[in-house]
Amino acid sequence: MIRLELRGQVSERMVYCSPFFAVIMTLLSGMLIFSFLGVNPTQAIITFFVEPISSIDGIAELCVKATPLVLIAIGLSFCFKANIWNIGAEGQLTIGALAGGGLCLLFFNSSSQFLMPGMLIFGILGGMAWAGIPAFLKIRFGTNEILTSLMLTYIGLLILSYLIHGPWKDPEGQNFPESRLFQDAALLPIILDETRLHLGWIITLICVPVAWMLMTYHLIGFQIRVMGMAPMASNFAGFRGKNIIWISFLISGGLAGLAGTIEVAGPIGQIIPVISPGYGFTAIIVAFLGRLHPIGCLLSGLLMALTYLGGDNAQIELNLPNAVTGVFQGMLLFFLLASDVLVRYRIRIVSFKNKHRNIG
Amino acid sequence: MIDKKPILELLEISKAYPGVIANNRVNLEIKPGQIHALLGENGAGKSTLVKIIYGVQRCDSGKIKWEGSEVSQITPQIARKLGIGMVFQHFSLFDAMTVEENIALGIPANLANENLYQNIIDISEKYGLRLDPCRYVQTLSVGERQRIEVVRCLIQNPKLLIMDEPTSVLTPQEVDKLFKTLRRLSTQGVAILYISHKLQEIIDLCHVATIMRAGEVVDTCIPSEESPRSMAEMMMGANLMTPKKNERMISEKPYFCVNNLNHQSTMENGIDLKDITIQAHKGEILGVAGIAGNGQNELMEILSGEVRASDTSSVSIDQVSVGGLGPRKRRENGMGFVPEERLGHGAVPEMLLWENAFLSGYQSMKLMFNGFMNVAKSREYTEKIISSFKVKTPNVNVTANSLSGGNLQKFIFGREILQDPKVLIVFQPTWGVDAGSAAYIRQSLINIADRGAAVIVISQDLEELYEISDKISVICEGNLTKPKIIENISVEHVGLLMAGIKPLENDDLGDQ
Repeated sequence: MIRLELRGQVSERMVYCSPFFAVIMTLLSGMLIFSFLGVNPTQAIITFFVEPISSIDGIAELCVKATPLVLIAIGLSFCFKANIWNIGAEGQLTIGALAGGGLCLLFFNSSSQFLMPGMLIFGILGGMAWAGIPAFLKIRFGTNEILTSLMLTYIGLLILSYLIHGPWKDPEGQNFPESRLFQDAALLPIILDETRLHLGWIITLICVPVAWMLMTYHLIGFQIRVMGMAPMASNFAGFRGKNIIWISFLISGGLAGLAGTIEVAGPIGQIIPVISPGYGFTAIIVAFLGRLHPIGCLLSGLLMALTYLGGDNAQIELNLPNAVTGVFQGMLLFFLLASDVLVRYRIRIVSFKNKHRNIG
Repeated sequence: MIDKKPILELLEISKAYPGVIANNRVNLEIKPGQIHALLGENGAGKSTLVKIIYGVQRCDSGKIKWEGSEVSQITPQIARKLGIGMVFQHFSLFDAMTVEENIALGIPANLANENLYQNIIDISEKYGLRLDPCRYVQTLSVGERQRIEVVRCLIQNPKLLIMDEPTSVLTPQEVDKLFKTLRRLSTQGVAILYISHKLQEIIDLCHVATIMRAGEVVDTCIPSEESPRSMAEMMMGANLMTPKKNERMISEKPYFCVNNLNHQSTMENGIDLKDITIQAHKGEILGVAGIAGNGQNELMEILSGEVRASDTSSVSIDQVSVGGLGPRKRRENGMGFVPEERLGHGAVPEMLLWENAFLSGYQSMKLMFNGFMNVAKSREYTEKIISSFKVKTPNVNVTANSLSGGNLQKFIFGREILQDPKVLIVFQPTWGVDAGSAAYIRQSLINIADRGAAVIVISQDLEELYEISDKISVICEGNLTKPKIIENISVEHVGLLMAGIKPLENDDLGDQ
């Protein structure tokens, strides 16, 4: 019989090391899986993790993919730190993209320089509005935010589907369920020539230190952390639980909405039926892999983006199914959770026989 | 009794947990009929030792001898078979079942037969433990519940009875009854291992005391030949200071008032507060005595503003109503609070000391700058707390849960007192705190009253309340009695009030 026994003291250093262990274990298990599939494991790892970023273009792609993941993960960190389980970032991203993209479609003739910033702001507001629903329901009726935020994701996706199959369909689009292509004034400027790297990456890089300051040294971050670690102490200090729920939902919704708008105004350039390949869900892994810390989220976001690129590359080069991406992400989360458990507990193997003898 | 062979012998028992040695080569000998006290501060290793004897924990090394022969493995089942009974500090009873059913559940199957009913009545009569087997547990008082646990042990004819802090939930009168039972058991040859940190009780009851400190046996003594003070000093290994009360100016008008407050508890199985009136004067310490679970939690929440009263005018400071304000605004009005639970309520366990200082001090100590935490200033404030309240910690960058109970409580008191509150409300100020820190905290409560603050102390510890209070009220079933000047009310009288009995105006009634 295997038993988990609580360790006396948790090593602070190990808490931060466990993501690295998780990455190493994922790589090793990945190699094992590749060799079972009859692929040279070293070659496969190189194809998966090195080749995609061995060119400027590749690195630019990595940042493009990482942008939404990092933004959403930073937002989610605020919620998770407060012990609020917003898992509806995918929906907030979708509604944010619709709000930002909708502004562009409304002014499709405009070439105003205010259009693109306006879209970003609308995107943030859209995401906030969608995140505000579970916040309101939780405060007013005590509903479980896990259920409401998740269900609202599907509602958001259906709204997207309805709009591009109906009112927002491109009139000259040969009946494809896609919106108009956004005009240049609505698109995020490219910051590195010959690549797709856009302004959104700069916005992300600005968000990281701002979020870090907010979380670590601002009263808002302090309240969020206290509420997550010790809700009674939060009452004792006189912090308002309701306000903290609102703030953390609005921050995460706003950032998810921003990420959505950045996607449609950046690499996509129009509204299409699938705006995100599950960024809102993957960002949950990113947030935890990054220890709910903005800088950690940046690093783990880049890593997770690499699994997307590597998956594409493996599909092309090695004829491996695209599911490999999912396998890698799943393994990463699994090993992270496992190492987190082992940081706090030790494994004891208890002999069954012995136990019986003692009783008798 | 002295020349009898020991029933239980512990030889060189050691037990280590990760990072701490709980028991280090402990030797202990208990003889039949002996009431043996195991005395020590929190964390001295008493509980671990008892768990080893009862088989809940296994020792790393050492021998256990029972009636002269060595026992290799002890589990609770084996312990019961040998004749060891234990009454835990926390009861394991089902509220919705009768006394008989509860007893039947905790004993070997062969005893839980049709004779059980009669057995319970016989035993309870024999030892003066009045108990009706048909009553449902939920209708019983805490003292009666404890009797169930004791009877459950006695029905199995134990040779050794272990009692873990049995009196912490009892009124003085109930304690007397329990002691009578224990003495009777002792004369019939049952050995009793009695764990407590209440010194007067041990002097009254026990034949021998073994004193533990930091996992080791440091001393043994005959309690009847010692004073509480001398035993406390053995326990701490240091000299103890006793709080000094000074004559002080007490304001004529009450400063902090609660008027006819009624409040429905927000907790499950909570106690509703009924018509509570408190008048706290500046320069005065008001003690609120009572057995746990009689509305103290609700009272604390209402006084701190964590839960707000429906009638907002019922709480006021200096004639300004504060009943509608939360804890933050009440602090702005000069209040300070120390809740019962240190970790998780008064302090955030995983946060650093300076962050915990910021937690309640950020407004009055101005530790914020444009919404951001002023780290340097917070650290400075924390240093000040540590140095003026003698908190033992390497620096301000350690987490709150790395401090011992007593040190953390001193830190929390320092944090509140340095903000110079006009009204300080504390709940169980020295609960689970070592004797040295407890004395220090009591003195600091007296000092702040000397400086003109109104202090309210809610506590279950009557000794403590008699040591520091000027007036005392008793809370029972959500009712609060009128305060009496402490010199004019006897412990027995307070005990009766705690049990919900209205004594006649004659003070010294004695045991009823």
